[in-house]
Amino acid sequence: MSTEQTRQKQGLIQLLRANGQEQRAQRGAPRFRIDAAMWEELGGRLGKGLDLMGLWADAQDVHMALFAPDEKDFAIVSLAVEDGAFPSIGARHPAAIRLERAIQDLYGHGARGLPDGRPWLDHGAWPIRHPLNEKADAAQSGEEKDETQDYAFLPVEGEGVHEIPVGPVHAGIIEPGHFRFSCAGETVVRLEERLGYTHKGVERLMQGKPPAEAARIAARTCGDSTVAYSFAFARACEAALEVEVPPRAAWLRALMAELERLANHLGDTGAICNDAAFAFLHAHFGVLREDVLRAADTCFGHRLMMDCIVPGGVARDLDAEKGAHVLQLLLDSLDERLEKLVEIYDTTASLQDRVRNTGRLSPALAQGFAAGGYVGRASGRAFDARLSLPYPPYDSLAVKMHVMHKGDVNARVWVRIHEIRESIGLVRTIMHNMPQGDLTAELPGNTAQVREGVAVVEGFRGDVLAWLRLDEEGLVARCHLRDPSWFQWPLLEAVIYGNIVADFPLCNKSFNCSYSGHDL
Amino acid sequence: MKSLMLQSIFGPPATEKAPAPSGQALEELARNVDKSARRLLGRSLSIREVDAGSCNGCELEIHAIGNAIYDASRFGLHFSASPRHVDVLLVTGPVSRNMKVALERTWAATPGPKWVVAAGDCACNGCVFAGSYACVGRVSDVLPVDLHIPGCPPRPKDLLCGLLALLAA
Repeated sequence: MSTEQTRQKQGLIQLLRANGQEQRAQRGAPRFRIDAAMWEELGGRLGKGLDLMGLWADAQDVHMALFAPDEKDFAIVSLAVEDGAFPSIGARHPAAIRLERAIQDLYGHGARGLPDGRPWLDHGAWPIRHPLNEKADAAQSGEEKDETQDYAFLPVEGEGVHEIPVGPVHAGIIEPGHFRFSCAGETVVRLEERLGYTHKGVERLMQGKPPAEAARIAARTCGDSTVAYSFAFARACEAALEVEVPPRAAWLRALMAELERLANHLGDTGAICNDAAFAFLHAHFGVLREDVLRAADTCFGHRLMMDCIVPGGVARDLDAEKGAHVLQLLLDSLDERLEKLVEIYDTTASLQDRVRNTGRLSPALAQGFAAGGYVGRASGRAFDARLSLPYPPYDSLAVKMHVMHKGDVNARVWVRIHEIRESIGLVRTIMHNMPQGDLTAELPGNTAQVREGVAVVEGFRGDVLAWLRLDEEGLVARCHLRDPSWFQWPLLEAVIYGNIVADFPLCNKSFNCSYSGHDL
Repeated sequence: MKSLMLQSIFGPPATEKAPAPSGQALEELARNVDKSARRLLGRSLSIREVDAGSCNGCELEIHAIGNAIYDASRFGLHFSASPRHVDVLLVTGPVSRNMKVALERTWAATPGPKWVVAAGDCACNGCVFAGSYACVGRVSDVLPVDLHIPGCPPRPKDLLCGLLALLAA
């Protein structure tokens, strides 16, 4: 057997132990320093039984988070940046291309061999280049220009092909981004996305802040997933500082996470129907979403539960009487109303005609890009961080994963409907089994050593990854937050191919990728 | 579907009673907007929402004022797809530098008389993003703002109270 074959048989962690040095500061998952040859070998394995979970940099290194689904191994590998460059993963695995373009923009580290060298987050409007790399802080003009005029969109040639530019200001009440459609008649032959408009400099803002303050920024990275982001950031902090949160705090976190999932799934299911011009369900699902948000408000004092999860635990307890009562009412009313709406969704021919076979994502692409959330699960990728990388309290809750294979708009809606049902059950279980006890554990302030933590949390949209490094004084030295949308946005481009322009809103809403979470 | 429709027709409405226009907003508007402009804008408002780098939290709550419970359209508040058709720009976010030109262009495309409403803490003062290399910080640094609606994000009721003040001003 060749060395190559032996290596293929080894588990991921085993392989990395043999070929890298484990970094002691890292908690939450092991991190290995590897050499360029190993880096490239791993890059070649991505999408073939090895999932890319994240790719980011700091001033000296590039880091890559990997997940091996078979043995459920999760690890980070790091490679030193030499002469300002590193071997491109994007050259071997397309899902990494945008992440590397972002690294180039933020740090100035060159990805050697990257097939697409255009800037991604940097639109030329910032006063500095490479804002995260203190050494390379070079001034740029920061001049105000219409970025979409200058960006070199991929050319499309052929008789009668025309372009439709859309955005960054969209027709609806949604986030900004630019879509360039190239069409032949009604049919889309290429969609190219241009994102980065909502880049706010989240990662640099977090640097030098104590975890409690940085957590407020993490909570505002992506408003619809504020609970998931706070959850992931807090768990990364706690991993770094080796703090265990009290059981009650963990259960309350899960309660918030499930309420957030419910609110988003309900609202989006209605909005998808609306994009198929079926306003009736939009109105009804909108009322259900509002009910969930109001219950969250009563229970935790904020409709979106922003800042309710803090490093060390939770900021608010569930009011024993009022909270439990409101949740009970919510669950009862959802039970009564949800299934009627689901039946209408499933039996209205005009609606089904729009959602079936529209925007199909092949299982091969979903697998290759390691697409998380309902996008992956509607195309056969059985990954849910609550099950695949279990964390408290989900390690003691029986979560059921719903996987479908057709990958069309309808499948994504159905995965969400199943998850709504599942979350209703989970909220009920959590309410009945929530332990009593403290809400926070104290975090050590000054640790006298560099510490690192990583965490993956399942938000409504998919897995959110948070990695952070705390310096000797316990301040954030570097934090990276990876939204699930990084691996979903590129697939939307593939999905719309061959569909008609009018079905784009439908496909887009069924993905519902985040702009702000992706742009940071 | 039939039974749900009948229920909606004969049952009590999901829509709640209208909140009163916000007093604070009325004061701010009285200072900023002259009487003739108010007369021109009449009793209904067309609104263009512009996300200038928000986290999407504000958008979720702006969406909510359109649902059956708040039902903004009963007051004559409509969201329009084009800035060419609107009286009000409802702006959220700490004005990311990458969105500044698009925001200015949207404003330039809106016919006068027009009002600008800054919704949410980011739009009012930059919130946690103030001072970032990638953000301008406040909408009022880019456009003349007539009304501020604070909150992170503002509750739908606060948004409604503020927008109703535009109609009452």
